Amino acid sequence: GEPHPGPRAVNVDLQTDATLQVDISDALSERDKVKFTVHTKSTLPNFKQNEFSVVRQHEEFIWLHDSFVENEEYAGYIIPPAPPRPDFDASREKLQKLGEGEGSMTKEEFTKMKQELEAEYLAIFKKTVAMHEVFLCRVAAHPVLRKDLNFHVFLEYNQDLSVRGKNKKEKLEDFFKNVVKSADGVLVAGVKDVDDFFEHEKTFLLEYHNRVKDASAKSDRMIRSHKNAADDINRIASSLYTLGTQDSTDLCKFFLKVSELFEKTRKIESRVAADEDLKLADLLKYYLRESQAAKDLLYRRSRALVDYENANKALDKARAKNRDVLQAETSQQLCCHKFEKISESAKQELIDFKTRRVAAFRKNLVELAELELKHAKVT
Amino acid sequence: MDTTLPPASQPSDVLMEPPSDLMNDPLIEPFSSLTENKPTSKIVSEPSDDFVDLTNNLADSPEDAAESVLADVAIDTTEIPLDEPSDDFVDIFGGETEAPREEVVIANVTVKAAAAADKSEVTSDVTDPPGDLKTGSDFEQEANETATDSIIDLSDDLLSSNAQKPPLASDQFVDPLVDFLSDAPPAADAKIPSRATVDLFEDEGNDLFTEPRQTKSAKQQQKSLFGEADEDLFGEPLGATTKKPVIKEPKGKPVPTKAARDVSNMGGPLQDGYTAEPADIFSEEAVTTVPSIKKTSAVNSKTNGVHSEEDTDIFAEATVELSLDSPQEERKKGVPAVPSASAPSVSAATSLAKPQSASLEELDDDEEEEEEEEEEQEDKFDISISVKDPEKIGDGMNAYMAYKVTTQTPLPMFRNKTFTVRRRFSDFLGLYEKLSEKHGPNGFIVPPPPEKSILGMTKVKVGKEDSSSADFVERRRAALERYLQRIVHHPSLLQDPDVREFLEREELPRAVGTQALSGAGFLKMINKATDAVSKMTIKMNESDVWFEEKLQEVESADQQFRKLHVLVESLVVHRKELSLNTASFAKSTAMLGSAEDNTALSRALSQLAEVEDKMEQLHQDQATNDTFNFAELIADYIRLLGSVRGSFDHRMKAWQRWQDAQAALQKKRETEAKLLWANKPDKLQLVKEEIAEWEVKVTQYERDFDRVTATVRKEVVRFDKEKARNFKREIINYLECLLQSQQQLIKYWEAFLPEAKAIA
Repeated sequence: GEPHPGPRAVNVDLQTDATLQVDISDALSERDKVKFTVHTKSTLPNFKQNEFSVVRQHEEFIWLHDSFVENEEYAGYIIPPAPPRPDFDASREKLQKLGEGEGSMTKEEFTKMKQELEAEYLAIFKKTVAMHEVFLCRVAAHPVLRKDLNFHVFLEYNQDLSVRGKNKKEKLEDFFKNVVKSADGVLVAGVKDVDDFFEHEKTFLLEYHNRVKDASAKSDRMIRSHKNAADDINRIASSLYTLGTQDSTDLCKFFLKVSELFEKTRKIESRVAADEDLKLADLLKYYLRESQAAKDLLYRRSRALVDYENANKALDKARAKNRDVLQAETSQQLCCHKFEKISESAKQELIDFKTRRVAAFRKNLVELAELELKHAKVT
Repeated sequence: MDTTLPPASQPSDVLMEPPSDLMNDPLIEPFSSLTENKPTSKIVSEPSDDFVDLTNNLADSPEDAAESVLADVAIDTTEIPLDEPSDDFVDIFGGETEAPREEVVIANVTVKAAAAADKSEVTSDVTDPPGDLKTGSDFEQEANETATDSIIDLSDDLLSSNAQKPPLASDQFVDPLVDFLSDAPPAADAKIPSRATVDLFEDEGNDLFTEPRQTKSAKQQQKSLFGEADEDLFGEPLGATTKKPVIKEPKGKPVPTKAARDVSNMGGPLQDGYTAEPADIFSEEAVTTVPSIKKTSAVNSKTNGVHSEEDTDIFAEATVELSLDSPQEERKKGVPAVPSASAPSVSAATSLAKPQSASLEELDDDEEEEEEEEEEQEDKFDISISVKDPEKIGDGMNAYMAYKVTTQTPLPMFRNKTFTVRRRFSDFLGLYEKLSEKHGPNGFIVPPPPEKSILGMTKVKVGKEDSSSADFVERRRAALERYLQRIVHHPSLLQDPDVREFLEREELPRAVGTQALSGAGFLKMINKATDAVSKMTIKMNESDVWFEEKLQEVESADQQFRKLHVLVESLVVHRKELSLNTASFAKSTAMLGSAEDNTALSRALSQLAEVEDKMEQLHQDQATNDTFNFAELIADYIRLLGSVRGSFDHRMKAWQRWQDAQAALQKKRETEAKLLWANKPDKLQLVKEEIAEWEVKVTQYERDFDRVTATVRKEVVRFDKEKARNFKREIINYLECLLQSQQQLIKYWEAFLPEAKAIA
């Protein structure tokens, strides 16, 4: 039964490197949290052992991500997007509804629905685990981020990192920061880049991000209605089954058989939906976040460019007035250095991003087509 | 007998080889062959090739041949990707898992055959208590890995190999048959005694299945189990050849030349033996014979023509068995089926989906039979009706829809062979009113027309040219067509002058009072009738168990159908939603593709957008299929069940009248006694006359009641039969559409795959 071979990192194509390998070997769903067992294998001298595991929660992943974002040193890199928060609410709600509706169903229907929902829950769980793993793998494969101290602590320190979720005030601050950032982003984006490569990347990413956002939303809707249709087919199958057990004519066996066919169709349809979800919607969602991360990188670079240009102007002014020249010079050099550093790594990062993206799309689309074919042929 | 059959010592060879061989054949061929009808030499020769294998084994059991195929099977088995076994399994054996044990055992046997390589496992399967249904499903798990997968693989192999050597195949074909023939007549003789098939097969079974049989507990089912199993393996040559004459003979129909090639040739000699007691054999064998009946009739489709009522019964009864048998049978042979259906060339696209279509195909078998049965019906009434060209007449709220009703019939009761009239919707309702008024009280089930739909019609009247109003018009047109078809296919209703007038007369007096039938009113009427019926049932203290059970059945069916209808409608809604959402996703994907700066990925994305666009169309078509082949069918039956209840109601009324008359008579008798007591001879005479009058009435009403009862009974039986046929036909149709769309889907994704791979 299980259509998918396990929560392997599916959305990014990463070069695995034996010196540092990270995976999530286990995960435990407790009421409102998920505990991930992060398993590390490494030959790097920084670690005390070659192989070890720690238990981490979603908040700790977010903490790690934010520490990357806030680190100025990493301004020139695409920070791997943080995994989305585990969301079992919808699935739990459905289970609850099922419990309420127990009386109105036959025992078979109930059991069947329950199994369905449990399978759905499991699928969401697996996806959650996979997305957290992808994040870690991306970091572990990154030439610079993999050396990050926080990352190493995250991997090795076998106690609670005692990070907490952000409180309301901090969240509000974040919100304003984001507002300022996006307003600034619009301003900065208007500035014509000196470098054609970045100018092109900027236009591309702006467009791409919007498109992928749209496609992601649409694919979600498509898959949702596909699942709905599959649910209907499922209920039709049960209904036909009941008909088959009630009918006294020779039609009953026919109904039973048709019921089975519907059941099978349902299986196929829901598998198609599940695979589209995994191979298409998740891919798009991941690149929605990754393209956002790439956009953020470009923003940081543009910001640095604007700063640099401002510093140049300030230096010119200072020279003209012959006042605070040294200070302006230092500042200008700092800005220049920062900008150049970002530009230098950003170029490679964006090229890598593209390579990764193309590879991931290829992999997923091929797999999608193959799965679609497999399911269709099962008919 | 023994010469026909392989020695018991090597049943495994026999069992192993032919089914695997034959199995794949139907897998290659069946689906499209049933839908299209183009004979091609390739196909005709292809099955005969398989037939050779089978007959060879039956006649001489040449081990080498068996083994070579066996080897193939084994090889293929090893190659099989076992990734999704359970699905594949269900596909092929799908229909049987729920069905009674016989099937499971059959499946066992079949698997045993296919899974030749794995003898020990097979034996264990067979030794499992056959009565246990769960064993069946357990067994699925193991079996599918070996058996079914190999079937699929094999089918491809065979397809190609057959295609390469068609002429050879047909040559070979003859010899084994001759061999077989020489042995067969004794077998046929043995059959002729009335117990016929069962006995015969039991004997054969003993020879053949000695081993497996003994491993089983000697349960009563065994007979039927092995009757089935044998039939699967041997019934084919025997059945297809010998039984056909049986069907033919009583009908006095000539053996069609079309089939002569492979079937009737062999049938000839056997036929003699058979005709001795055709009727007996026929009825005795009804159950076991069916597959062959079906096959033969498929072969001769047209010629089977008119059957007597009794035959239809047998057919109807047999249907179940048939549907159970067919998968194996099909798999094993497909031989008579192929020439009959005059199969189309197996296109690459269809052949892809073939291996998996086994379960559908088993339904197709039913269909084949049904089609034939239908022809029978049509022969009986010889009338076909179409309702076409809905046309809006007039404007505004006075507008109405008129339909062209075309009748084609050679029946002498009509003036012409083909004639067309224009009728508006209320005319259809008017016809129903007249008919139900006339025939309802007599216990006839008058097919009801579709309800008036104020909402739907208003939209049409307002002239909104959107898809929902077009959908409405088409739904109604089709429903009206089915309604008329049901009427003219009813032997008594067809005779009604109003029906004739409706079909023939240029101008029909405007139907009045149909307003009462509109929408909710109609339903209310039905519900009222139902209430009345249930109330009366209590009063009546129904002595006729049959009616009591039927009524309950009708009520629960009604409930289930209503539930099902809601579900199917919801499926339609969701599919339409899916179609819309797929369309918008396709657009988004196209945009994403244009935004993408990697050329190959960009192209792949726009290809994906195209695939999704086509997918949208598929979903939309599927929604239409859901509506017209499934939802409408159920809606029809919800209405029809209303009429069935109505006929029950009328029976109650007749009963009530009888009871009332009896009560009145009783009263009169009491009066008579009183008068006698009071010695009033003058009044006594009057009362005596009244008593005589009431006695006549009571007798009359009782007779009426009996007549209505008999009619209702007959009508319900007829209704059930029609229902079975209708459902099978429509749902198979529906499933075929489903399958077709899957095939389309395969095509689209297959075209896309290289594009995805080309991303670099």
